[in-house]
Amino acid sequence: MDFLNILSGALGEIISPTTAAYALAALGLALHFGYTGLLNFGQAGFMAMGAYGFAIATLTFNAPFWAAVLVALACSVAFAFLLGIPTLRLRADYLSIVTIAAAEVIRYIVTTNQLTDITGSAGGLNGFAGGFYALNPFPEGTYNLGFITLSARDLWVRVVAWSVVAVCCFIVWLLVRSPWGRVLKGIREDENAVRSLGKNVYSYKMQALIIGGVFGSLAGILFTLPRSSVQPANYGTELTFFLWTCLLLGGAATVLGPVVGAMLFWVVLSLTQGLLYGAIGAGYITFISIPQAGQLRYIMVGVALMLLMIFRPQGLLGNKKELVYS
Amino acid sequence: MGLLFALLAVFAALLLSAPAGQAQTMAAPLSTSTPAPSPAEPTGTPESFPNTISGVLRNAGQPVAGVTIRATGEGFSGEAVSSATGGWSIGVPVQGTYEVELDVSTLPEGVTLAEGAQNPRQVTFANTSNAGAIFPLGAGIVVQTQSFGELLVERMLAGLSFGLLLALASVGLSLIFGTTGLTNFAHGEMVTLGAVLMFFFSGLGMPVWLAAVLAVLGGGLSGYLQDSGLWKPLRRRGTGIIPMMIVSIGLALAARYTIQLFFGGSTRQLPGARSPQIELGSVSISQNTLISLVISTVVVLVVAFLLLKTRIGKATRAVADNPALASASGIDVDGVIRIVWTVGGVLAGLGGILWAYYRPGVTFNMGQQILLLIFAAVVLGGLGTVFGALVGSIIVGVFVEVSTIWLEADLKFVGALLIMIIVLLFRPQGILGRKERVG
Repeated sequence: MDFLNILSGALGEIISPTTAAYALAALGLALHFGYTGLLNFGQAGFMAMGAYGFAIATLTFNAPFWAAVLVALACSVAFAFLLGIPTLRLRADYLSIVTIAAAEVIRYIVTTNQLTDITGSAGGLNGFAGGFYALNPFPEGTYNLGFITLSARDLWVRVVAWSVVAVCCFIVWLLVRSPWGRVLKGIREDENAVRSLGKNVYSYKMQALIIGGVFGSLAGILFTLPRSSVQPANYGTELTFFLWTCLLLGGAATVLGPVVGAMLFWVVLSLTQGLLYGAIGAGYITFISIPQAGQLRYIMVGVALMLLMIFRPQGLLGNKKELVYS
Repeated sequence: MGLLFALLAVFAALLLSAPAGQAQTMAAPLSTSTPAPSPAEPTGTPESFPNTISGVLRNAGQPVAGVTIRATGEGFSGEAVSSATGGWSIGVPVQGTYEVELDVSTLPEGVTLAEGAQNPRQVTFANTSNAGAIFPLGAGIVVQTQSFGELLVERMLAGLSFGLLLALASVGLSLIFGTTGLTNFAHGEMVTLGAVLMFFFSGLGMPVWLAAVLAVLGGGLSGYLQDSGLWKPLRRRGTGIIPMMIVSIGLALAARYTIQLFFGGSTRQLPGARSPQIELGSVSISQNTLISLVISTVVVLVVAFLLLKTRIGKATRAVADNPALASASGIDVDGVIRIVWTVGGVLAGLGGILWAYYRPGVTFNMGQQILLLIFAAVVLGGLGTVFGALVGSIIVGVFVEVSTIWLEADLKFVGALLIMIIVLLFRPQGILGRKERVG
């Protein structure tokens, strides 16, 4: 077993674009759930909207990079309206069921064979990230960051991904400190009290749903860029639940919590994968196979989610006084 | 908390003791829906592909062996030769549409394709990892085309059967929601557990009825242990409804992958999964679907009788109505909730077995596939109302099946979910729900 390799692989996960995508999508959830109290279980649907909106705009309509990004964002805004109109007046558990159902509807639609020409059905789409890599200002070559060596392409996608995460974190930080953010927190604590102050709760909830959803769709684009491919199987309910694990790990009502949570999530997954696979390869562990080791890690995620919720519901960075659910 | 791990361990031990013959299939490829940190997916040999197109060739009741069948599509092509039992199976890498062609020149002498049979024919996967392709054989046999009315009746009958098996799961979910307020995302895994236990017990050589009874009891036990080990302590701690909902998501993930750990990623069939078609006039329905229809109708009627006529049923409805008041009038609320969890487990387990025959096949994520339909049924009928869940399930089941007349099979769940969203727009409390519940 090569511990150094496993360790540097795990450290590399901290800055990987996938981690950035998870962090950004979880940040959207933080705005939904942590600050507004909306139980959105359909963040995978928002990510799929972003990824497919971007990919289809590029491939089917030959849109340039920026236009494709705008299409993706417009798709997620439309999706947020569709979700919000029937459910934001209802109790939280209705919103959770409708959002999870809507996300699955999206996944079924992009998987169906009837739309193969547009969505690529189960095989997905690929080869749409050329416009993004054409903008790469870094000259060809390899870049050594100490624990990881990157190509110019890898460096570019990481720089962009984490810049987007940083900007969005800053936006959320500004938003939740603003009067607007205070209304959101008020809705989370006591919706009727806010309503009695003359605020339009429905409209505030809708705005929060849209902003968090836009973060989700940006995350969907970031998620597909390094692979330059999008596959419907990646946008199932599991993705949403992994995002929730990241969010609750870091702390739901915090700005940096989702980022820390996503980093920790991927470092732990990568470490356990490296160690388990290494141990199996070296013959230390004989009673499970490589795919079973993969499943063991997801069992761990499930158990971690339960334990977190029971013993530290405010997450690593959260403040117990600011619990969403009392 | 210790009890929680005990629960997982019991569950693991049950599955661990699966017959050794299954060990080889456990190394099935990782499900593609789990994003792995390393993008490198293992590329399998054709035999290890997760999806199969299969069928059985028979001529006048006799299996036809040695016939070549080719499948092409999705940038892949593979072929298979029918075995001595007439069965054939082609592994394919992705679910999608394939063109399946029977090589007529390899048919034995005197055997021909039935008149009007499509060859090559299109085969499309419908959210399961197996797709069937039937080539009717035999001279003189004419493939009949159905009238719309017959097709509609046939789909309605199948939908009724599907809806009633959904009702088994959704009545349990609705009872649990009514008495505890918990939206249980782990209910799908309770459905899977019933089917997996049935597969395990029948693998030990037990007769079908005994395996089914034991599997259903196992489902009840899982409900009982869940409540005693996890949910009751959480209620004692005063955990809120939303944290409990998220705990149930964690439990669902842990349970799903625990099942996959021991059961593997492949689809396996319960005994008697291939059943003959029964002709009722001009409408044909498979024998299993009909049996499932009868079993679930009887069970639903029994549950309704228990709820309406017995002391414990009345106590359950009282707790669902107002736990504090029920407690004040001397009802043992925790006892009632324990019974509700156990009954919910029994019903979900039975629903899982019937779902395994309906699909057909047992997989680790079969419960997850219908969890949202169960939710849709419960929301349609009205969250927390038992008879609403029954009505909602039948609507969802019939709608899913009837919609396949117009919709591609891989979109059949979409209609049901959209119906749920639309109903919420106009009647948020559901069909039988009371307005106050929506809050």
